Amino acid sequence: MDPDMNTGRFQRWFDLKGWTALLIGAPYGWLVIWFLLPFLIVVAMSVATNTPTAPPFSFGGDHAWINWSSYHRVLTDSLYLRAFLTSVVNAAFAAFLCLLIGYPMALGLTRVSKSWRNILLMLVILPFWTSFLLRVYAWMGLMGKNSWFNGLLTDAWNFLVPVDWAIRFVPMMNTNFAVVLVMVYTYLPFMILPLYASLERLDPTLDEAAMDLGSRPYQVFLDVTLPQSVPGIVAGGMLVFIPAAGELVIPSLVGNASQPMIGKIIADEFGQARDWPMASAVAVALLILMVLPTMIYSHYQARAEGTK
Amino acid sequence: MAVEETGPFLRIEGVSKRFGTFQAVKDVNLTVEKGEIFSLLGGSGCGKTTLLRMLAGFEEPSEGRIFLDGRDMAGVPPWERPVHMMFQSYAIFPHMTVAANVGYGLKHEKGLSKADRAARVAEMLDLVQLTQFAHRKPHQISGGQRQRVALARALARQPKLLLLDEPLAALDKKLREHTQFELMSIQQRTGVTFIVVTHDQEEAMTLSDRIAVMDKGQVKQVGTPTEVYEFPASRFVAGFIGSVNSFEATVVAREAPWLRLHVPALGGDVLARDSAAATPGQPVSLAIRPEKMRIAKDRPEGPNAVAGHVKDLAYFGKDSLYRIALPQALVQAHAVNARRGDEGARVADWDDEVWVSFDPSAAIVLVA
Repeated sequence: MDPDMNTGRFQRWFDLKGWTALLIGAPYGWLVIWFLLPFLIVVAMSVATNTPTAPPFSFGGDHAWINWSSYHRVLTDSLYLRAFLTSVVNAAFAAFLCLLIGYPMALGLTRVSKSWRNILLMLVILPFWTSFLLRVYAWMGLMGKNSWFNGLLTDAWNFLVPVDWAIRFVPMMNTNFAVVLVMVYTYLPFMILPLYASLERLDPTLDEAAMDLGSRPYQVFLDVTLPQSVPGIVAGGMLVFIPAAGELVIPSLVGNASQPMIGKIIADEFGQARDWPMASAVAVALLILMVLPTMIYSHYQARAEGTK
Repeated sequence: MAVEETGPFLRIEGVSKRFGTFQAVKDVNLTVEKGEIFSLLGGSGCGKTTLLRMLAGFEEPSEGRIFLDGRDMAGVPPWERPVHMMFQSYAIFPHMTVAANVGYGLKHEKGLSKADRAARVAEMLDLVQLTQFAHRKPHQISGGQRQRVALARALARQPKLLLLDEPLAALDKKLREHTQFELMSIQQRTGVTFIVVTHDQEEAMTLSDRIAVMDKGQVKQVGTPTEVYEFPASRFVAGFIGSVNSFEATVVAREAPWLRLHVPALGGDVLARDSAAATPGQPVSLAIRPEKMRIAKDRPEGPNAVAGHVKDLAYFGKDSLYRIALPQALVQAHAVNARRGDEGARVADWDDEVWVSFDPSAAIVLVA
């Protein structure tokens, strides 16, 4: 080590135990202040009673300290159950389609030359450079019944089916199909990037080894590539599924108003209905619904790695 | 070896491989007999790995043909070749247990029942002494054990040809020596033909029945370890295998059974083993292995003796390496420390005046 005094002083400065504590503490502190505390407030609100006050809820007084009625409604009122179901189904379709489209793209990215790879990765991220709302509005334009896109699809359909089935336009706007389509479009990069990260780490000699031992390319994919990319599939799936399930903007703009997703319900309860305890209870239920599978997965993941 | 009259087991005929403008392998012709351990020896970029990959089917030759057991391998994909490879990195599947790795190739073997397959896996694990690790994952075993998993996996389908890419390179020295003998014993027990790619001449010498020395995509010499060491065909082979004292020389005359050479660096004429290709007046190289150099305090009898002094000496325990300054050259000589004792027991010490001599039969004349 350099015996220079300055180096020594800086060395001591760098070696301070406090740095480690700060590095670990800072993100925790951030999470506590900006996630845990607000979440606890939401949990508290969810067991309050809706009153015509400002803010529109109260604890105690004429009302019970803990009022479970909002949760009771979440579990019994079919409006909420259907909204949860719609959200989960839409998000699951979106995540599955993202996987189906994203996997070959991610695999392709690992197989092209370095210079091509950078260009293609750039193209994956490029849509983020334009406004998200603008892109949703663009889809609304495309899916509308008078658009050239809808016209093309209509012509193709009419060309392929008997005359009796002919249609004047393809009903796309204000359907769950539209919601899934736009969500797939929006969230695809969140699937491709973690998949690419996990596929890129795989050793290509393993493919050769499997081939050498008698496996055809599709068997190599099933036996070697796919099992090793499971962490990437799970990461990408969660990155798409979780925000998609809570999505508000896309279903509001292109979705079916009579089949609302859960994000829309929360927004309406907070806004129009001014029933904050109800909105909070739905939000807490959504969080539990999202966190539970994640926890189960990481539990098994930890157990699998525990055998190391 | 008694072989049926079908000709050589593996025949490589005029094989070349080009990548763009780069010629990786140039017109290689080789034959390998069944049950042989055959080494491809050369430095990095000499084309040995490309040749191995062509045998495995990962690359197709640009020219030439490869016959295995009489069958032309052109266009046969890797998964249909009765050739298995042990990769330099071992390429063990990290998500499978040791037993699943070893049994991987067997799932493609039709007509093999589940019990047969398990029995074969057990047999292979026993062969490489890994039975107790069957249910471990690859990251739970050591590097040497991973190497044996790779070997067992490649042998499980009973290939006609086993390709080993730098099989010992990733092991430490002690384990390497042990594994070397283990490989040879496994080869003898299974009777599978081994083709070993290596850059390590010692590894090639101890393992192989025959060695092909490669340089710049070409095979420079094929022979038994003794042949390539004692009778190198060219300056490259002499220099690549072992160390050598090499001098420029001119052929003076043939003096049966010797050849008289004029070697300016040794200050005069020397006698060397005759080489049929040499003609009087021709410039050639004279090569002498350090261990064939004798060191003596007094002038020895016979030809080929030059006086000099000890410039340097390195003691290795079992032997010592002397660097001896002659009037016009520096030569290396190995002397075995046959006697036990302190410094006084040495043949010579720093700055001692000594005579260096060598037998004419130890002197190699290299024309190429």
